[in-house]
Amino acid sequence: MGSRGSTLSKIPNVDKLMQETGFSQAHIIRLHDRFRALDNDEKGYLCPQDFEAIKELAMNPIGDRIIGAFFAQGPQQETVDFNSFVKVLAHFRPTDKNRPKESTSPDPINSRTNKLKFAFQLYDQDKDGKISRDELLQVLRAMLEMQVTEEQLESITDRTIQESDTDRDNAISFEEFRKSLDKVNIEHKMSIRFLR
Amino acid sequence: MTSRAMTLAGLFLLLLTPGTGGSQVPGTDGAGDHGGPHGLDGHGANATNKAFPVLSFDYKHVQMPFEISLWVLLASLMKLGFHLIPRLSSIVPESCLLIVVGLLVGGLIRVVGEDPPILGSQLFFLCLLPPIILDAGYFLPIRPFTENVGTILMFAVVGTLWNAFFVGGLLYGVCQLEGTHLGRVDLMACLLFGSIISAVDPVAVLAVFEEIHINELLHILVFGESLLNDAVTVVLYHLFEEFAAAGGVTIKDVFLGIVCFLVVALGGILVGAIYGVLAAFTSRFTSHTRVIEPLFVFLYSYMAYLSAEVFHLSGIMALIACGAVMRPYVEANISHKSHTTIKYFLKMWSSVSETLIFIFLGVSTVAGQHHWNWTFVICTVILCLVARVLGVVGLTFMINKFRIVKLTTKDQFIIAYGGLRGAIAFSLGYLLDKVHFPMRDMFLTAIITVIFFTVFVQGMTIRPLVDLLAVKKKQETKRSINEEIHTQFLDHLLTGIEDICGHYGHHHWKDKLNRFNKKYVKKCLIAGERSKEPQLIAFYHKMEMKQAIELVESGGGVKIPSAMPSTVSMQNIQPKKPTERALPQLSKSREEEIRKILRTNLQKTRQRLRSYNRHTLVADPYEDGWNDMFLKRRRVMELGKKISELNNYLTVPAPAPDSPTMARARLASDPQAWSIKPKSDSIPTIQVDLASPQSPDSVNMVDEFNKPSKPTEAEEEEGLMMKAPSSSADQKERKRDKEDGVEQQRLARCLSDPGPSAEDDEDEPFLP
Repeated sequence: MGSRGSTLSKIPNVDKLMQETGFSQAHIIRLHDRFRALDNDEKGYLCPQDFEAIKELAMNPIGDRIIGAFFAQGPQQETVDFNSFVKVLAHFRPTDKNRPKESTSPDPINSRTNKLKFAFQLYDQDKDGKISRDELLQVLRAMLEMQVTEEQLESITDRTIQESDTDRDNAISFEEFRKSLDKVNIEHKMSIRFLR
Repeated sequence: MTSRAMTLAGLFLLLLTPGTGGSQVPGTDGAGDHGGPHGLDGHGANATNKAFPVLSFDYKHVQMPFEISLWVLLASLMKLGFHLIPRLSSIVPESCLLIVVGLLVGGLIRVVGEDPPILGSQLFFLCLLPPIILDAGYFLPIRPFTENVGTILMFAVVGTLWNAFFVGGLLYGVCQLEGTHLGRVDLMACLLFGSIISAVDPVAVLAVFEEIHINELLHILVFGESLLNDAVTVVLYHLFEEFAAAGGVTIKDVFLGIVCFLVVALGGILVGAIYGVLAAFTSRFTSHTRVIEPLFVFLYSYMAYLSAEVFHLSGIMALIACGAVMRPYVEANISHKSHTTIKYFLKMWSSVSETLIFIFLGVSTVAGQHHWNWTFVICTVILCLVARVLGVVGLTFMINKFRIVKLTTKDQFIIAYGGLRGAIAFSLGYLLDKVHFPMRDMFLTAIITVIFFTVFVQGMTIRPLVDLLAVKKKQETKRSINEEIHTQFLDHLLTGIEDICGHYGHHHWKDKLNRFNKKYVKKCLIAGERSKEPQLIAFYHKMEMKQAIELVESGGGVKIPSAMPSTVSMQNIQPKKPTERALPQLSKSREEEIRKILRTNLQKTRQRLRSYNRHTLVADPYEDGWNDMFLKRRRVMELGKKISELNNYLTVPAPAPDSPTMARARLASDPQAWSIKPKSDSIPTIQVDLASPQSPDSVNMVDEFNKPSKPTEAEEEEGLMMKAPSSSADQKERKRDKEDGVEQQRLARCLSDPGPSAEDDEDEPFLP
């Protein structure tokens, strides 16, 4: 594995990465180890097959969407390097409530808004800024697998959109999405303790 | 006020005349059956001497049930009385009032010269405590509980241990001081006393916290702690009792004590889980004997409690485990009425138990022999408070390192302040053997003082403090379907991310458990169709049903959304409605549901309880004006059918058929609206089926909807609206019926139990 120093030195721009994501050195090292474990052929980057090799992810109904999110950083992205990997996972770091709010600096990656934006991206596959009825239908179909009729799916979709759609465009925009999750404790729900 | 006093006085005259005796054991009847033997003798000896007693007084043989009923009646009347007095219940928590009543009653009995009964431990632990705990366990909100289980366990185990040793140890130090004359109290006795007094009491916590509606996190922390510390208390109590009797303690004993704790806790949970699974399995087969379904729930739970008590395991934990384990499966299997029965019976029993416990506490205070020792009592109170505060602060400091959402100072204050002691401490103290513990009376006095202090001072001031500190209150909101879907989505997302990180965290295990549950357990324990029903669908149907009930209760002021083509006139019609809710687009399946719902509604289904306050039950909307309701529902059903026509024919009907005036006019002119037409089986007939046991709804509905409904409906509605019949509409209609036939299978069983409360988590997966 190598000593700490040598691991860190292998990662390009590690200081910038740490500052952007807020991870500590220990975290970065842990993630780097995981990155290397996932990287089957020692390529130095990850491709979709590496992700698909994780078998629990294959059972996950939205597994393919999650994999897609890693490759969404740029157009037609084929590979994920370590920096992008860490940046995506930074969304799931628990929020630091005690951090002093600097009005000039942008929101940290793990702020509530950014977490929600990440989740929203997973719904919105065509990236038009809205969750259309079809996209919602697809998600529901994936989550409920084979257990319901098409009819029921459509009813639920209609009901869902109708409930949250305030501007009546038959789609859920990010603001509407955010509003409907007002009462859910996103900071708790979308955080992994590991990534403290 | 005066009527209450009079009732009180009357009850007590009745109570006192035959004489009460000791605890709840019926007095031996020395004065036997007067009428019988003498009469017979007299009859035998000389037939005409004694007249046949027309009216005789024979109290002894009903004495025990009579007295018990009288006490329960008293408790219930007190409860009634408190809520009749307008402002009292908002200032003083009920528990305080009840203790005061108990004191008065005890005093009254004493004054009359009788011996007031003391809260016997047997009675308390076997009869009064289980209903409260079962009520708590069955309706335990699983999601917040499991999310915070680490914190709760820390507080329950480590906190209680800390309290016990701190209080016990320091009290021993105090007793050793010269001036207190307490030298006889040895270390073991002090530690035993410490362990008795340190446990936070679930009854008292429930009684006070239920009234202040604090936010879910704090509620579950304090309440969970009070439930789980039972294992610790049981072990410590028996441990120190043994040691005090034996005289010495070795390292081996300490080690055995730790092992004992694990056995007690885990054993209790295991016993509870086994009984829970048995209950779930039994409920699978009860579809033909719906009437005794609630009985199984109660019996299995009580058996779990008693079985655990046989082995000196933690009965409370067994009861909680049993309730929590059986609930998702039982609720999927039983009928709606059984569900309501269980809910109300549990609430009723726990309410009465709680009332009785507090009254008896008051009475026992008067009745018991006390030994007041200023030093001891004052030190106990102070040490308890100090120990609690230090314990909470210290533990929170450590726990916050592991929590995602940290506990703030305000939270810590409420947790510390909410550590109320109650009747469990008293009963445990009462159980002490006077031979081994000659200072038992002093202990009891101190225990009662602490209980009074916490219940009165802390109980009364916690509500203004909560308001003062602006602690977050419970959010009384309904979960929207959006929240439900997105929450499930996030669960999957987090599980995926955890898998990518290679981290076996919370979500990973939750997901595994859910899969296991879905694959194996549900198949065994849930009958028929419902075993395959995903959680989201159940939730969705419950929401729809609730909304349909609201539709009925709002009197059918329907607002058709504008999504339908060429319905400009409809858009502008805004009948006045009490609520702002817009109805969803009524797709074909949905208004089928509405029809079914309206029918089942006539069997007096209830709206779900919003908050789990034992003192408020939603007022029965169908109590008065049964006839009005009947008429209103007919009206709404007509509207429902009308809406289906609109959906199918896609035309603009004649002037707003849904406005209330038009509806009334229509019904007035149309004589058909009032008669039930037996011939056309397609029209859903109203079954007023109040007393019969609930048969599976699916049977009723499938039979009725299998026939094609369009032609006869069209005839009926002819005079009322314009329509353009089209062949496409026919096809749609037929397809709808077929699909509805299938759908009903899925819908029907869900409709049979909407579940109790909105914010409660019974809508969620087994281990969300």
